[in-house]
Amino acid sequence: MLYREAGQFKTSYDADQAIFPILQDRIFVLALIAIAFLAPPALGMSEYLYTEILIPFLIFSLAAVGLNILVGYCGQVSLGTGGFMAVGAYAAYNLWLRVPAVNDLVIVFLFGGLMAAGVGILFGLPSLRIKGFYLAVATLAAQFFLDWVFARVKWLTNYTPSGSVAVGNLSAFGIDIDTPVARYVLILAIVAVLTLVAKNLVRGHIGRSWMAIRDMDIAAEIIGFRPLRTKLLAFAVSSFYVGIAGAMYGFLRLGAWEPLAFDINRSFAILFMVIIGGLGSILGSFLGAAFIVLTPIILNQLPGWLGISMSTALISHLEFVIFGAMIVFFLIVEPHGLARLWAIAKEKLRLWPFPH
Amino acid sequence: MRWGNVAIIGAALAAGGLAAAGPASAQNEQFIPGLVYRTGAYAPNGIPWANGVADYYNLVNERDGGINGVKIAYEECDTAYATDRGVECYERLKGKGSTGAPFVNPLSTGITFALTEKAPIDKIPVISMGYGRSESRDGSVFTWNFPLLGTYWSAADIIMQHIAKQEGGWDKLKGKKIVLVYHDSPYGKEPIALLTKRAEMHGFEFTPLPVTHPGVEQKATWLQIRQSRPNYVLLWGWGVMNSTSIKEAAAVGFPREKMYGVWWSGAEPDVRPAEDGAKGYNAVMLQHGAGQFAVHNDIKKFVYDKGKGATKWDEVGEVLYNRGMINAMLGVEAIRTAQKKFGNKPMTGEQTRWGLEHLALSAEDIKRLGFDGMIRPIKVTCSDHEGSRAGRIQQWDGKQWKVVSDWYEADDKVLKPMVEAAAKKYAEEKKITPRDCSKES
Repeated sequence: MLYREAGQFKTSYDADQAIFPILQDRIFVLALIAIAFLAPPALGMSEYLYTEILIPFLIFSLAAVGLNILVGYCGQVSLGTGGFMAVGAYAAYNLWLRVPAVNDLVIVFLFGGLMAAGVGILFGLPSLRIKGFYLAVATLAAQFFLDWVFARVKWLTNYTPSGSVAVGNLSAFGIDIDTPVARYVLILAIVAVLTLVAKNLVRGHIGRSWMAIRDMDIAAEIIGFRPLRTKLLAFAVSSFYVGIAGAMYGFLRLGAWEPLAFDINRSFAILFMVIIGGLGSILGSFLGAAFIVLTPIILNQLPGWLGISMSTALISHLEFVIFGAMIVFFLIVEPHGLARLWAIAKEKLRLWPFPH
Repeated sequence: MRWGNVAIIGAALAAGGLAAAGPASAQNEQFIPGLVYRTGAYAPNGIPWANGVADYYNLVNERDGGINGVKIAYEECDTAYATDRGVECYERLKGKGSTGAPFVNPLSTGITFALTEKAPIDKIPVISMGYGRSESRDGSVFTWNFPLLGTYWSAADIIMQHIAKQEGGWDKLKGKKIVLVYHDSPYGKEPIALLTKRAEMHGFEFTPLPVTHPGVEQKATWLQIRQSRPNYVLLWGWGVMNSTSIKEAAAVGFPREKMYGVWWSGAEPDVRPAEDGAKGYNAVMLQHGAGQFAVHNDIKKFVYDKGKGATKWDEVGEVLYNRGMINAMLGVEAIRTAQKKFGNKPMTGEQTRWGLEHLALSAEDIKRLGFDGMIRPIKVTCSDHEGSRAGRIQQWDGKQWKVVSDWYEADDKVLKPMVEAAAKKYAEEKKITPRDCSKES
């Protein structure tokens, strides 16, 4: 960046292995988190910005972090993300509905995440025998199976005639979560904590074992990593994250949902976030989510802001065309994703204004 | 770095643009949001509806100078029938204008479900004319929902009454097989409760067969129908699913005369692609059918002759176009009703809700508005947000829709207990205390 780490000497291994070894980075990240928590409520931003921009961005970032653990760090391609999100959402819904004593959203979400982790382990079992594209197809089966379960097993949707479920009167830590600001702060807190956990997981021995499996599973096995445990752990952790994201999406974003909210397109969208953001990068998950969630919304409103009057249909068609072109553009310019672009930018800025 | 900068600048611009969004509008204008879909898998059905809505608002502005002098500012947003995009559109539009949105027409059962949760908080009524939650006609629980003119339970009941009449009475249905081919979404699942109930009452065998979105793959479903040879097939499809169903029925040789579609499966885009295969296919009408009536003359004179039409003149008067127009008309009349109480100015959502709940159009009113022959009188009350439960059956003769039955009235002896039970369950789940309708004025 514009600063250099000159003069910052590491005198212990702890200091050397910190998440952000450079002081300026630490300040930057802490400031960013503080701004994220304090600025939006203080500035009194419009409801639209919360409910349609920040909340979906954060929720999908978390889902992308979850999928990135599986695909980016452990190398197991999954197309079942939507299904695991649905497990999280419906498990959370059923706990919330059937056990009125437990109406704290954090517990409800945790339960959703744990159930998703269990289902994730189950559908991760085939990964021990099959790899690559074949595994992708196996997880695709998970997606369709889970879709089917939530559309057909009436108990899970509390026998509503239409199969659509709804939630309301939510609270966490005894505080009512009824305004967009409250929802935003709760989501931000959950995402921040889970991201920190993920960041620590992937740089510790667990993350290294995942990466060893990703890079060459036979070699990893020979040097002593047990593929069964490592792969299933990746499926469990990934599904846990995705399940919590799904529960938050249902509870705090939609309020009422149907299995279609977690269909195969959702799985693809999250996989695209991971690929465009950068495989094997936590930051990339956030950048990818921002790109996939926000670009269509911005493109759709751009003509209005610029004062160009266009028919609704034309705007939508243009949105698809430009969005598609942008995806292709970014993949050609930097196949390693937006996170890599960011890393390159940082490196170049280190030398700026006197490059070699 | 160059590309990195491009991306960073782009993101910064986008963020700035978002912050600057939300232009101001004139004081004496009634803002009305339009959640439409002119793109996506359901566009062939979404477009004529959206055109009808847009043309009617235009007509009110051009002919009457607005609603009692309050001009309508209409803004569309494309949802592509996706729930999350629909919610995004709603959030984008709900606060615009001097009063915010007076009401919203989601034109999707999924979006209606999502907005049902938001309506009481935002105080914006949801008009779901001919769709949405069937139990939401119970205004004591669903204060903000208005499934005007008919719910899916009414539709299913009218079709069953017609079938019973064809067979020669309800008792003749015993042992008959009736299959429901439905869009696998809240929309398609809605009639199942009513049909199950009717099956219990009259002893026919009822089988629901789901079709996955968007419904272009139905071979397995129709193979099942060919094997089980039902007496009747009910169709609860939307968009391309409808024409696919009719084509498949022709392919397996199921008589189209024994097929009955809901009113969302009974428009021109549903039957035309099936060509001759659609001949004889029936659908229940949401009161109105295709064709041009008195109001269409005004549309021609004030909108199309001035070159302000949303579509080609040939398409004016199609089933879904007319439905869009009626939808817009009921919204406008609700605002007019509200203006009687609150004054001739733009109405807020809360005021419009009062107008909707007191909306009463007599036969003369409907004639005056030019909708004579399209809909019957409607009277909305606190306990009945549907207002009217009548319908007819129409048949496609290969060229156009022909009305083949008299008016039917959905049997409230069957419907009302179901509505009340479902609404009660919803109220308990959501911890809502129902209003006492006898105390509402």
